[in-house]
Order: sequence, then structure tokens, then C-alpha cells
Amino acid sequence: MEGTELAVQVVGTWLALVLSLILLPSAFGVSLGISEVYMKILVKTLEWATLRIEKGSPKESALKISASGGIIQRDESPMEKGISGHRGRDFELSDVFYFSKKGFEAIVEDEVTQRFSSEELVSWNLLTRTNTNFHYISPRLTMVWVLGVLVRYCFLLPLRITLAFFGISLLVIGTTMVGQLPNSSIKNWLSELVHLTCCRICVRALSGTIHYHNKQYRPQKGGICVANHTSPIDVLILTTDGCYAMVGQVHGGLMGVIQRAMVKACPHVWFERSEMKDRHLVTERLREHIADKKKLPILIFPEGTCINNTSVMMFKKGSFEIGGTIYPVAIKYNPQFGDAFWNSSKYNMVNYLLRMMTSWAIVCDVWYLPPMTREENEDAVQFANRVKSAIAVQGGLTELPWDGGLKRAKVKETFKEEQQKNYSKMLVGNGSINTESS
Amino acid sequence: MRKCSVYSLNSLLTFNQYVLNAYYGQDMALLKALEELHRLSREDFQRIPELAINPLGDRIINAFFPEGEDQVNFRGFMRTLAHFRPIEDNEKSKDVNGPEPLNSRSNKLHFAFRLYDLDKDDKISRDELLQVLRMMVGVNISDEQLGSIADRTIQEADQDGDSAISFTEFVKVLEKVDVEQKMSIRFLH
Repeated sequence: MEGTELAVQVVGTWLALVLSLILLPSAFGVSLGISEVYMKILVKTLEWATLRIEKGSPKESALKISASGGIIQRDESPMEKGISGHRGRDFELSDVFYFSKKGFEAIVEDEVTQRFSSEELVSWNLLTRTNTNFHYISPRLTMVWVLGVLVRYCFLLPLRITLAFFGISLLVIGTTMVGQLPNSSIKNWLSELVHLTCCRICVRALSGTIHYHNKQYRPQKGGICVANHTSPIDVLILTTDGCYAMVGQVHGGLMGVIQRAMVKACPHVWFERSEMKDRHLVTERLREHIADKKKLPILIFPEGTCINNTSVMMFKKGSFEIGGTIYPVAIKYNPQFGDAFWNSSKYNMVNYLLRMMTSWAIVCDVWYLPPMTREENEDAVQFANRVKSAIAVQGGLTELPWDGGLKRAKVKETFKEEQQKNYSKMLVGNGSINTESS
Repeated sequence: MRKCSVYSLNSLLTFNQYVLNAYYGQDMALLKALEELHRLSREDFQRIPELAINPLGDRIINAFFPEGEDQVNFRGFMRTLAHFRPIEDNEKSKDVNGPEPLNSRSNKLHFAFRLYDLDKDDKISRDELLQVLRMMVGVNISDEQLGSIADRTIQEADQDGDSAISFTEFVKVLEKVDVEQKMSIRFLH
């Protein structure tokens, strides 16, 4: 029938366009400049939108929270200074002020749990999902928003899904095929080629614009690459610029298929769920991997969970006990174009990917930092904190000592006990208590 | 009546000035709208890690909940929070004939007094002082030492000889303390 013929023709043209304009250039690492043009138009539109919003609501601009600053003035001085000027003094009724003020500061501005939900934007970026505090401003703005919705859902989304489909299929087919070859340098080269091509295609599938800085510090073979974790896309972002050996649990479903395919082409380190519990086993296998200088660098996210990209939380010491050279990497997303944070308690993977594919774009900066090794007098925890500071400073993120695991678990009692101990030391001082009235 | 997380209320608190002005300016319409929307329970507060590790965390959480109730609405939340508003903010909204603002020096002291007064009988007894002290020091000080600290404190403060501290005596002991600085939270604009 004419209807089906037409449909076939449309789909055919569509696929041909996608192939020639996007897939082939990606394979060769060449860019045709289409995405740059798109980004320029996007930036101009968002700037215009920001100006319109600010003009439309002058009163509210006085109440804007700065993007990285807090909403209250905090006194970060230690307990001794906060309660009184010197140590070893007696209990006073006013001591309770210190704890209550600290408690209220925590209630007004919770530094920790806010990191487990998306960052609030200073200015609306024309996506419905970030529209929390902004009201109707003008008909023109609304029209632009409607146009944006149409572009994102009716044009970009199908395009991106097509690309993602191609990217993942090519990855699975390519790695399986390369896996059939005997071990040789050609196999490694081909494996790298397949990886890089498929990653570039997948990055286009998200309209990703990534800036890599300091490429001279890119992780080398036999090392461990650590980075802050915001979403599963972090992996994609890093592997587009180099090949890594992944570490993690074996999953089922689509992820499992991808994992098994990837392992055929080059050695990754996948663990069964039961094996992950055995810390020694994990450490041993990772040590074996990096001892072989021909194997790809391992990619680890020491936070252990996704954080919302405004801060870096506690780095678990396990990765820093293995030894070897650590190559820190800082990843910072630009929230104006799309929120990359995966809030796993709110959205499942499919939902998350759909949200990614209906954002404007994913724009991020990746900084490679100079390699670090553990020093003589440093233990794993101190080393982990040193690396964490370096990453936080480079990425412009706040540094927090809190465990990302607080997303799901309660905080340990030991922290409260520590505070109680500090306070007791203040009262008891050098061992004597003033029991007589002065 | 949805329950909402404390964090989502944090963004409402950026409108702190609006709301407190509405409260002092008796803008009932706005307050009524806000107070119907959100309710908090004790678990919501306990989910804040920095509050969970505060030795007086439970007493602070308790201060938000009216007698015998398990939920606090937005208005009650803001009333309790208002105690920590800086005193100098009162200069801007002078209302000589109105009720004493919640963040006056006297009311701030009353708030601190209530942290000690566990049974709400307007007296801090030796027992109550001991319990609060125990919360603050954990297991690090013996009963005897803690007892002598409590005895000394009551001895110094007590003026009417009832071995307990009344609110007037409490105020007298703390007359030289800079309550404004120690019990105020400043919002950045």
C-alpha cells in the first residue's frame, strides 16, 4: 500500500541520514560540527530565557540562593571555641546553647541529605522537571518552552534512541567478534577501536559535550583511576577518551549482556554478588590485575554511590589499600543543560535514561589530575582523603566527610559518641573537677 | 496532609523573611495556606545526619512537637525556628503594642530553659540536670563526678533554697552571656 511504502521510505531516509551524518563520522572520531551549532543556539536561548525571568520577577532575585554557597552563616569553629574560649573549664548552664544552635543549623540547612537529590538551579533552564520556584512570566517564554518540549520529545528523543540502539548493538556484536580472535596486539587494537567508536556513538545519543583537560595525565596501564560519581554516564564519559577495565558486580538483563560481551574483548574484573562481600578476595584480584602492566587501568568510584555533583563525599578506603598509582579524575556536569544525577531511590534505570535523552544536552568537564601514590607515613584513610581533596578542589565541589551510604542507612552512633567524648574532655580537662563553689 | 522531607522545606526557608514577616505582620491568609500543606514527624528530623549525631538531638527534636503530638505543621515548625532569628531583625519590624517576639532575649532563654526542664514543671531539678548532662557527656564521666557537677551548678544558681532552678534564677545566672550571638542563625541573602 502507499501508506506502508511511504513509511518505509521515511524510515529508510531517516536511517540513511543518521548513518552518514552521525554514525560514520563517530567511527572515525570526526565531528561534522552539527552538535556545536546546536549547542550555540541552545546557549543563546537559555541566556535569553534567564534575562526574561530576571526582568519578570525583580523581587524574587533578592532571595536567590547562590549555587554553591549556603543559605545560613555557619560558625565552623571547633567545640572548644564554640562553647568557651579555653579548655578545661567547668560546666555552665549556657553550654546547651552550643548544641542547640548546631542542631538548628542542621535542621535549617542539612548539608548531607541535600546531596542525594538534584541540585536546585539558580535560574530555570526551560525544562518542566526543574520548574520548582518559577512562575509564569510571559507568553513568549511559554512559547519557547513549548517549542523546547516539541523539539526534545519529537525530534531529539527518537534520534537519541536510534543512536543508543546502534551504539549498544555495535558494542555487543563488535566485542563478541573481536573476542573470537587469538590474543595479540591486533586484538587489543581492534578492541580499543570498537570501544571508542561505540562510546562516541553513545555520547552523541545523549548530545554530550565533554571537555577533557590535562590529557597528559590520562591514566596509564597498570594504574587505578578514581573519580567522583554522579551517574552511570560517568563511565561512558571516561571511556570515550580512553579504555579502562571496569570493576563491579555481574548484573542480569541488558547490563549483563553488555558485561559479558565486553569481557570477551579485553579483561575486565567482574565479581559475583557473593564475592563482593569478601574484601580480601576483591583486593587480591585487583592487585593481580594492576600487577600486569599490559592490562588496562582499573576504573573505580570510591564514593560507592551516586552523589548529586555538588560535593564529594567520603572515599571508601578499599581502593586505596591495593597499592599502585592512583590517577584521580574530577568530573563536573553543567546543570544548566540537563541534570545528570541518578537518584536511584526515585527513578529506575530506564526512567533515568529517558530523562537523560529528553534533556537539552549533557555538558561536562573532565579534569585529569597528576598521579598520586601513598606516602610512607600515610594510612589508607589519609591517602583517600588527600585524593578526595584534590578532586574536590579541581572540580569546584564541596568536600564532605560524610559517607554516601547515608543515602540508605542511618548514621553510626560512634559519631555522636565522639562528640560526647570531646565535650567530656572539655569538662574534665586535666583530670580534676572543681567541686567547690568559687 | 502530605508528609514532606525536611530538605524540601529548606527551600521554603529561603522565604524565611517573607514568612516571618507574614507571621509578625499577621498575614493570616498566607499562613493558613502554608500550614495546611506540610506535616513533619520525628523520623523526618532523625533522618538529618548532623542532627542525629548531636548529643542533644532528641531534646531539640522534642522542642518542635507540642505536648503529646507526633506531628508538627509548618506554622509550628516556623514558630520554633523563629527563636533563632537574630534579635537585631526586630528593629525592622517594630510593633510596640504587639506580643513579645519569639526571638527576644527572654524568649531565647526560655527556649534553652525548656531544653533542661524535662517534665515542663518550670523548674530544673537535680534529676533533670543530671539527665541532660548525661546526654551531653555520654559514658565518659562517672555518676559521681556528674553528680557533683550538677550539685555545684544548682548551688550556684539556686536563690530561693528549693534545690531547683526556676526560670528567674536561670536568667540571673546567664545575665552576662551573649545570648544573641550564641542563639541566633543568620540567613545569607
